Amino acid sequence: MTRQTQSAETANSKPVLRLEGIVKTFPGVRALDGVSFDVVPGEVHALMGENGAGKSTLMKVLGGIYQPDEGRILVGEQAVVMTSPLQAKSKGIVFIHQELSLANELTVAENVYLGELPRKSFGRVDWQKLYAQTNEILAKLKVGFNAKTRVGDLSIANQQMVEIARALTVDAKAVIFDEPTASLTDAEKVVLFDVIADLQAQGVGIIYISHRMEEIFKITDRISVLRDGQYRGTLVTDQTNEDEVTQLMIGRKLDLSRNASHHELGKVAIEVRGLSCGGLFQDVSFEVREGEVLGFYGLVGAGRTEIAETLFGLREPTAGQILVRGEEVHIHSPSDAIARGISLVPEDRKEQGLVLTMSCRDNMTLPQVEDLKAGPFVAEGAEIAIFDKYRDSLDIRTPGWRQLVGNLSGGNQQKIVIGKWLSMHPSVLIVDEPTRGIDVGSKAVIHELIRDLAAQGYAVIVISSEMPEVLHVSDRIAAMYSGKLMRTFSSEEVSEDGLIQAISGLSSDKVAA
Amino acid sequence: MPQITKASIGRFVARQGILIAFVLFMVGFTFANQRFLAPENVMGVIRSSAILGVMALGVTFVVISGNLDLSVGSMMSFSTIVVLDLHDKLGPTLAIPAMFAMTLCLGAIIGFLVGYLKLNSLIVTLGMLSAIHGLTLTYSGGKNMDIVDKEGTWFSVFGQGDALGVPVPILMFLGLAALLGIVLAKTPFGRKIYAVGGNGVAATFSGIRRPRVILSCYLISAFCVATAGLLQASRSLGSQNTVGQGLELEVLAAVILGGASLLGGSGTIFKTVIGVLILGFIQNGLLLVGLQFYAQYVVTWVIIILAVWLDIAAKRGKLLSPIA
Repeated sequence: MTRQTQSAETANSKPVLRLEGIVKTFPGVRALDGVSFDVVPGEVHALMGENGAGKSTLMKVLGGIYQPDEGRILVGEQAVVMTSPLQAKSKGIVFIHQELSLANELTVAENVYLGELPRKSFGRVDWQKLYAQTNEILAKLKVGFNAKTRVGDLSIANQQMVEIARALTVDAKAVIFDEPTASLTDAEKVVLFDVIADLQAQGVGIIYISHRMEEIFKITDRISVLRDGQYRGTLVTDQTNEDEVTQLMIGRKLDLSRNASHHELGKVAIEVRGLSCGGLFQDVSFEVREGEVLGFYGLVGAGRTEIAETLFGLREPTAGQILVRGEEVHIHSPSDAIARGISLVPEDRKEQGLVLTMSCRDNMTLPQVEDLKAGPFVAEGAEIAIFDKYRDSLDIRTPGWRQLVGNLSGGNQQKIVIGKWLSMHPSVLIVDEPTRGIDVGSKAVIHELIRDLAAQGYAVIVISSEMPEVLHVSDRIAAMYSGKLMRTFSSEEVSEDGLIQAISGLSSDKVAA
Repeated sequence: MPQITKASIGRFVARQGILIAFVLFMVGFTFANQRFLAPENVMGVIRSSAILGVMALGVTFVVISGNLDLSVGSMMSFSTIVVLDLHDKLGPTLAIPAMFAMTLCLGAIIGFLVGYLKLNSLIVTLGMLSAIHGLTLTYSGGKNMDIVDKEGTWFSVFGQGDALGVPVPILMFLGLAALLGIVLAKTPFGRKIYAVGGNGVAATFSGIRRPRVILSCYLISAFCVATAGLLQASRSLGSQNTVGQGLELEVLAAVILGGASLLGGSGTIFKTVIGVLILGFIQNGLLLVGLQFYAQYVVTWVIIILAVWLDIAAKRGKLLSPIA
């Protein structure tokens, strides 16, 4: 069902970049299967698709890292063969990568002109020219730092601005942003969007790759969707909606409606009274019952993750009490927390959740490996039984337990981490950013899973920066702002406006949980 | 029929490079000197590799846990000198446990600094290399150590004895290898070592007490060093106080040759034993073809570089790459 829609406005101007029938095959996989779309000057063109849909491969073809088997790339009117990112840059095609590649110890100017510093006689660097040129570019970006600032001293958002400045050293025709807001706060996003709007005004064509629907609908003009390497169509943003885009991406309809529990709640599983941890969060009180999902919503840095880390023994509280099943507990380490029945599915799956060099089974049984003993040895049979159980109940797709976790997709990796903690039968399961970096299809599965766990009687705390997610999975929502729990909303009280006010510090009527 | 291209050859060399190099060496040595594969020579190589091998077993634990131990050479000198000195003062029955206890104390200090204070293991063990050397010299007053009554002691059994026709050092090396191999591969403790080395943060997030695991690895390393010191002292019944100097690099070369990654999280005892034997045969072969003994130091370094390069090359699937 390939659809092509073009607005009158975009059809008129000549594209700065056009892809025609790009095909790229790897042994056994048709990674790109006839992808065609174009970007016109002054347009923000979203490129969407689930993980594995072919976005990265397409970008590598554009950057000259892969050569397409069929099809051609046109810059302006002219067909080009890309051989390297540097050559793509010389044609005016510039990439802003998700993972920044800057030299922290060098100045902004040195980074912007890395590898192409202006020279004087005898190969000496022309510092004057370097700083002047850099400041000129920075002025266009309206940033609050100058050419001589050390890059390591900048925030992530400002470092991204340095990357953008780097892009502007050439006469950019098309700039490609790959998940640019992944690590930005809301305020920083606003600045980034301003810069994108400026580039737009200068007639640059922009390809914007992101999973985040809100942003896509806020700043883009058209949306092209890939699925399984195939081009599924281009939609005009004004004339479509999230449901339609999602359907195009995953080929089915996704239910993102509110989803409060219908089952009876059990006893209080965990209660927190006046918990503080230095300057990170203060006087936080809440309780979670068995069978209930409490969502924590707030901006990055509001103290949500820090609360989770304190409950899990990674930080020492400076005041307050934690009660598990009505009994006060003192937690000084993760092993204390685990012994008290508190489990944490951490924010950063690859850094904190998994040992990527170990097998699926070994990762899943890691917290209880000491308890699974046959004599002095690990009882491998019992381990495999646990793995099989959670592979089946969580629908983990892996060739077998020997598979290294590093080879699984993001969604399946997350399920391994969830299975790891469920197999501990925790009293409280804390899930921090459960769907970060996971594609839309797997997201829905994880959400369903969290609801299921509540229905089975688990007390679950979900921390999320995505409002649709927190609305979808939670029975109640605790809104945090700057280290304080502003308000806890019940499912009847909650509204998007109310939540936004609370996490921006606007609501003063603090209601205890 | 699979295509043979330059890239596929590169990949193969990158993956199997150590084995290829080893086979080439062996073939070359066999042609150069008929004695190379003679049973006496093979047994001799294994026997002379035993001391290095025992130390490599312990260092394997440390490397898998994601750390380094460069102090094993000078710690071995320490153990050797201490046990020789105490032999005449306390008698062998007390000297051996006393030496083990003292060596384990050194391991505990390193384990505490690296595990609990989270100091860089390279710096800590490099410092300990020098500190223990100083300790040994102070203890011995700078003199060599000898057992007075060399004929009348049963102490020589560890280094010189035979059991069932096999030299005791080989039995101790292989016995310890079997024991530690099982500990590493089959016990919860072994599993935790791989987790700590593979991703220390994730291990902590799984409730594993990382400092304790790291301390344990250094204790195992110290135990192995003490065993090596015992074998060394018993073999010669007298020793210079620099007997273990430079062994730390050879041990590390053997461990890396076996395929343990310096990044931690991978490697096995079996592979380390293979690495020890490869190193032993190469050094022996070079002697047989008439290279000076001192050339071994250069060769060891070349082997380390080759092993590290091939380890990285195997990960990225080609021999040379513009990015790391």
